[in-house]
Amino acid sequence: MPSYVITEKCDGCKGQDKTACMYICPNDLMVLDTERMKAYNREPAMCWECYNCVKICPQQAIDVRGYADFMPLGASVVPLRGSEDIMWTVKFRDGNVKRFKFPIRTTGEGSAPPDGGFGFGPGTLDDQLLATEPASLKADKLWTLGD
Amino acid sequence: MQDFATKEVTTDLLIIGGGMAASGAAVEAAYWAKKHGQKVVLVDKAAFDRSGAVAMGLSAINQYVGENTPIDYLSYVQQDLMGLCRQDLVMDIARHVNGTVHMFEGFGLPIWKDPDGQYVHEGRWQLMINGESYKLIVAEAAKNSMATLGEDGEIIERVFVHELLLDKNDKNRVAGAVGFSVREPYEFYVFKAKAVLVAAGGAVHVFRPRSTGEGLGRAWYPPWNAGSSSALMQKAGAEMTSQEVIFIPARYKDGYGPVGAWFLLFKAAATTASGVNYMAEGLKEGGELHNWAPYGKVKPIPTCLRNHLMMQRVYMEGDGPILMHTDKAIEKIASEAPDEKTKKRKLKELESEAWEDFLDMTISQAMLWASKNIYPEKGPSEIIPSEPYFIGSHSGASGAWCSGPEDLQDDTSKSEYFWGYNRMSTVKGLFAAGDGVGVSSHKFSSGSFTEGRIAAKAAIKFCVENPDMPEVDQAKVDELKVKTYAPLKLYEDTKDYAVGEPHKGYYYSEDINPNWIDPKMLMFRIQKIMDEYAGGWGTQYTCSATTLNIALDLLKYVREDLDKVAARDIHELLRYWENSHRLLTAEAHVRHKLFREETRWPGYYYRADFPKLDEENWGNVFVNSRYDVEANEWEMIKRPIIRFVKIEKVVGM
Repeated sequence: MPSYVITEKCDGCKGQDKTACMYICPNDLMVLDTERMKAYNREPAMCWECYNCVKICPQQAIDVRGYADFMPLGASVVPLRGSEDIMWTVKFRDGNVKRFKFPIRTTGEGSAPPDGGFGFGPGTLDDQLLATEPASLKADKLWTLGD
Repeated sequence: MQDFATKEVTTDLLIIGGGMAASGAAVEAAYWAKKHGQKVVLVDKAAFDRSGAVAMGLSAINQYVGENTPIDYLSYVQQDLMGLCRQDLVMDIARHVNGTVHMFEGFGLPIWKDPDGQYVHEGRWQLMINGESYKLIVAEAAKNSMATLGEDGEIIERVFVHELLLDKNDKNRVAGAVGFSVREPYEFYVFKAKAVLVAAGGAVHVFRPRSTGEGLGRAWYPPWNAGSSSALMQKAGAEMTSQEVIFIPARYKDGYGPVGAWFLLFKAAATTASGVNYMAEGLKEGGELHNWAPYGKVKPIPTCLRNHLMMQRVYMEGDGPILMHTDKAIEKIASEAPDEKTKKRKLKELESEAWEDFLDMTISQAMLWASKNIYPEKGPSEIIPSEPYFIGSHSGASGAWCSGPEDLQDDTSKSEYFWGYNRMSTVKGLFAAGDGVGVSSHKFSSGSFTEGRIAAKAAIKFCVENPDMPEVDQAKVDELKVKTYAPLKLYEDTKDYAVGEPHKGYYYSEDINPNWIDPKMLMFRIQKIMDEYAGGWGTQYTCSATTLNIALDLLKYVREDLDKVAARDIHELLRYWENSHRLLTAEAHVRHKLFREETRWPGYYYRADFPKLDEENWGNVFVNSRYDVEANEWEMIKRPIIRFVKIEKVVGM
């Protein structure tokens, strides 16, 4: 079943025109049933288990049940994604639990600078220099044959 | 059937796709466009934040050249692809890629550092990252870059482009593209552009996957890669290259979790079930690798040959499965600690690093280990070769035949490999990047972004130097619009012919109607043909002229049946068009495989009728093709491999 929506927790993103999961799914799988105001995965066999719907759901209403053709039941992997890091809880079939925390970015949300902080260089349309070069290369010049 | 409004978008440069290459293209295009008064539109079939192959995240950046030279990198790529690469394209990416990685760090991507502040390498070319948000951060920089253009920069999400448009007065000049939105309001899109840059990914699910049920989606490369780069360009008449060179990753069984960190960072060894170190045996004097000289005799062992050694042991000797000895690697690292306290800390670190490797990029593999109570410190894990994938950015080579940079050539190569604009295909104004460009392998995420930058700058140059807007043929657009929605009409017209009860059983009775098949069955038909006759895992990657010709006959029926595929809604319409791209990718692949009469990449595929490497006849040529969509005819072309840089020594991983 890959990702699935927990009926009790899903609020259909409170009647907005699209739900968060529907917005983010890279494979056009999540869809809002406007009668029940619940989202669901309409094509689970095309789910990559990328967890983007799980990570983005404001109600934590989405979970994943591993692909049943090769995964025994009973395990779970649950993320909690913040603005700087992500916490993972991995529960084994035998009941063991492991927790991990990893950083996800070093800059504030929305602030990624297009030049990567290197500024723009002297290149023109007629040479081989890309916009931020040579500064972004951390070299004096761009390499070419004979260098 | 409802009426679909037409929305027209006019721009100078149109970027199709939203992954790493398209992000690089957007970052770079916006800068040059602003400087030269050009407009840029990016169209993505998903949400830009999480589209493309890096949507889930990644745990490593696989191309960083660092202090090595572009020629060092070239030596590694040429060796890995058994001699098949365009030296100009590979060196071009290698000379720019450090800048890309430094920019990623500036965007906010956490790259692992050692206590001295140096990048932590997984191998010579690979850097370890905390990459859960890799794509989101890169897309954010691209959005911020496009925002500097104001009204002249537009990002359109959830529109699937399924066909390019050619100039009414010059059939070898691109004029735009058509597509349709998969979100309300459902509209038909007509893009008019001076230049088009295709960065719409590789292809997955052309071959039958190993899974048998809902695990269908657990492909190694994402299932939304439908061969669009290749199909869009091939249909526009662009010359394509090396469509026979698919990639077979050998990964942890079923979950397809990454093995790179285990091999390179943790130094784990893989053996057969009985404990044979098949790679060391293959390398020995008289070992199997010596049958594949010159490439088999040189380290690093090419990816296909590593697969080949594995397949021989499993298929010929029955000494499977292949095991990755994670437990021994961990034990060895722990045993090197000077005291108990350091050892305990080291083990804790290792555990976290190993699990992050999966959680960043293949969460299913973590779930699979948890569901089977697999603890890497307690025992080995199975690895297995997967189904074939089209991924020109990795250890495959399929894609468009593109012009290279002017300065990285000698006189001979310049006459063959350079025609004015870097990364422009043989169709005027049509550019490509990432999985869209062939024989420019091993660019991975960072190199794809880099190639997007290179192509975008050249595409803006093209727009500035070719300021006249091409003319779109309105009759053609009208025809395409009808064709676009035809599967919906077919469904509406005939759905009540057979009595159906939806959504029960393995297949729904509603699916069985003599007037049509649905898009999912279209995909399954392609997969079965490809698996059984074109060298999928089901035939142990083996094919021959006989089986390939059967595949062509069967694919012809599929093409004839294309207008008998129905779609119940816009979502299924998306699947229909994606699968039509898979079909063209499959046809091209079979023709290329048939044309190259040798086995150059054992471990990717075997031509049983030509089971050896044939350096004399095939060692110095690319197999290219051109498709004439009107006549439905294919032309196969040989192009020379010009190795103007002599490799003195192969630099390894």
